[in-house]
Amino acid sequence: MTVPAGSTNGSRGRVLVVDDDAALSEMLGIVLRGEGFDPVFCGNGTNALQAFRDSKPDLVLLDLMLPGLDGVDVCRAIRAESGTPIVMLTAKSDTVDVVVGLESGADDYIVKPFKPKELVARIRARIRRTDVPAAQVLTAGDLQIDITAHTVCRNDEVLSLTPLEFDLLACLARKPGQVFTREVLLQEVWGYRHSADTRLVNVHVQRLRAKVERDPENPEIVLTVRGVGYKAGPA
Amino acid sequence: MTHLLLVVPRVLLAVPRAIGRLWGRSLWLRVTITTLVLSLIVVGVLGLSLLSRVTTGLLDAKERISVGEATAGLGEALRLLDASDTGPSTPAPERIVDGVVSALAARAGSPATFDVLLLSSQLGIDAPERGTNLVAESSVPPALRAAIVDSGRQSWTYTDIRFLDGRSAPGLVVGAPLSVPSVGAYELYYLFPLGQEQSTLDLVRSAVIVTGLLLVLLLAGVAWLVTRQVVLPVRAASRTAARLADGNLAERMRVKGTDDLARLATSFNAMAESLANQIRQLEDLSRVQQRFVSDVSHELRTPLTTIRMAADVVYDDRDQLDAPTERAVELLQNQLDRFEALLSDLLEISRFDAGAAVLDDDRVDLVGLVERAIATAVPLAERAGLDIRLVTTDKDCFVTCDQRRVDRVVRNLLENAIEHGDLRGIDVRIAHDEHAAAISVRDFGVGLLPGESSLVFNRFWRADPARARTTGGTGLGLAISLEDARLHGGWLEAWGEPGKGACFRLTMPIDRQQEFVESPLPLEDVPLPMPPEVSSEQEADRAPGGKGDPPRNGLNQDASNHEGSNRDGSRSSPAASFVIEGVDP
Repeated sequence: MTVPAGSTNGSRGRVLVVDDDAALSEMLGIVLRGEGFDPVFCGNGTNALQAFRDSKPDLVLLDLMLPGLDGVDVCRAIRAESGTPIVMLTAKSDTVDVVVGLESGADDYIVKPFKPKELVARIRARIRRTDVPAAQVLTAGDLQIDITAHTVCRNDEVLSLTPLEFDLLACLARKPGQVFTREVLLQEVWGYRHSADTRLVNVHVQRLRAKVERDPENPEIVLTVRGVGYKAGPA
Repeated sequence: MTHLLLVVPRVLLAVPRAIGRLWGRSLWLRVTITTLVLSLIVVGVLGLSLLSRVTTGLLDAKERISVGEATAGLGEALRLLDASDTGPSTPAPERIVDGVVSALAARAGSPATFDVLLLSSQLGIDAPERGTNLVAESSVPPALRAAIVDSGRQSWTYTDIRFLDGRSAPGLVVGAPLSVPSVGAYELYYLFPLGQEQSTLDLVRSAVIVTGLLLVLLLAGVAWLVTRQVVLPVRAASRTAARLADGNLAERMRVKGTDDLARLATSFNAMAESLANQIRQLEDLSRVQQRFVSDVSHELRTPLTTIRMAADVVYDDRDQLDAPTERAVELLQNQLDRFEALLSDLLEISRFDAGAAVLDDDRVDLVGLVERAIATAVPLAERAGLDIRLVTTDKDCFVTCDQRRVDRVVRNLLENAIEHGDLRGIDVRIAHDEHAAAISVRDFGVGLLPGESSLVFNRFWRADPARARTTGGTGLGLAISLEDARLHGGWLEAWGEPGKGACFRLTMPIDRQQEFVESPLPLEDVPLPMPPEVSSEQEADRAPGGKGDPPRNGLNQDASNHEGSNRDGSRSSPAASFVIEGVDP
């Protein structure tokens, strides 16, 4: 997994911006620099993966509609080799597009047109976990969750989770048995202050279950509480 | 027991009903059975007439021969009697009678083709009577005897020939008067058995019946085969049409030969082809439209995002600008907000128009949702100087719906109420029954003119074009809300009266599968739990009218008042128990 390198060169983190619109890229650069991030740019989908490997960013801002390789494919390609947070930029808020984007591995999405503050808040929420204090080992079901080492084990076998999936699992496991509504999870894990798209939660719970449950059809670790939300299964 | 008794007739009734259904459904069965019944009738009539012709013919011939024979026999008898009369001495009557009968019997041959009976016509006199072969006197019907005695002429009839040993057989009796010398009047009867004719007739009858039945069965079979030729293609056509209707547009009929049915199949296929083409065209159009909307969305949104971000960067540094530029940046910022809202509303509307809007269902607590929406709207309401009251008895109210859409509807209604309300504030009500849940938002502002209650949902409609918007609504909010409500299978209705304010009511089924006919909340004006003194009378007078009903005049007031107060009474009785909850901002 990528270790955030942000603090080493004085910036708050490197952000790879993959967008074909030059004006928007430049504007994003201005805003990101203004907020202390270190932006790197890539103008098409074909070079995106190479740019990702070269720049080793802390976060990827990825436009969904790209010339060359499609944003969804880029997302899959990056996710295949790294858990680096990916925030999609999309002009489509339609159900299908967003869900396809999330299912291809994006952690969060932001719909154009967005306000700079909104974007920065999204980025910070995804990068901030570096400053989570307190060494802790949590358990959920038969899983050991090591907060400091950022690892999840089942019987000494390490499960590979993206940072977002880890955060989601850790959030639930910190208060075992307590039911989290989707809104609370959006606030805790994604950093939304207002209620947002609860599909984010649904999609990522599915992805998380696919990785941590023995049988994703009958979950034992992330349990659904019908009509309310989710909770961690008993240890 | 009673159960069984009830079941049996139902079973008995079910059988004819099933047959009736089959009869109604199957042309094939109907044609075959109709042919069967009709040919049965025709063959029956023909067979009967044939039988009667044969019978008549046979009996006529028999009659002619028999009467001829009887006449000849009578002549012979008369000759014998004359001969006995001319003799030197008159023989005893017994002998004369015996002689005649035995002579006549000899003519009958062996075995006898007829029997002879010589009966005396005189009552009370002990005259000898004779017959051949044990034939009984009762074989001759009294009516025939009377007719012969009265007319004195030969006469005949059909009867049953009875024998003294108890046998009987159908036969023809020919009788004639006869005078026996020294004894008096006699009747001579010839009895011809009809056994031969009977067996011939039996043979003919059975032949007719067997042939008739075979003919009927053959005809039914022919009808079955012929109808099959027509019905099978028709059924195939109907099956194909059903599959087409199910959306299987590639479905076609098989064309065989060049007959009418082949032409039916050809034109059916042509119709299917043209339908499929049109549907495909419409689908393409719809896809193009959706694609266009999506592209426009992307193309417009990307530059707008850049503008938005640039404006924000400038806006954040506005304190370094001179006053006019600062104001310009503020205007830019506000109008960008408005432009964004307009763009997203337009896209939402076009998504509805393209039929691309889908529900993302969830179990949602309407009370919580409304509380959150109110909390969001409170700052805006405070700026307008009015407060929002939530009036409900429900602790919670779970409904299967798309939270985002319902939330949007409630926010739109609140915004609308804040924009048009006045200092009397806004009442938000929530109620539900077993089928439906409703949210109503009531303001006490300018209200609506008659007829406007349906116009408010029109796109970009404004009550007063001259009036400025304060909340910066896009003019599409209520139109989108209406579409959202419809998408949920619900209603969004408006009521309003000038000067009294307006009420918007959203009614949704608790569960998408459920139907509802009535909203749990009233749309028209209802008095508050503690209504001002003036309102009850005025409100009662308008209650029976629907939304947008013009105020009634004084003449109508009494009647409608009565009716109205009843309705209002029943409606507002739960209102007494309404809890006014404080709204936490």
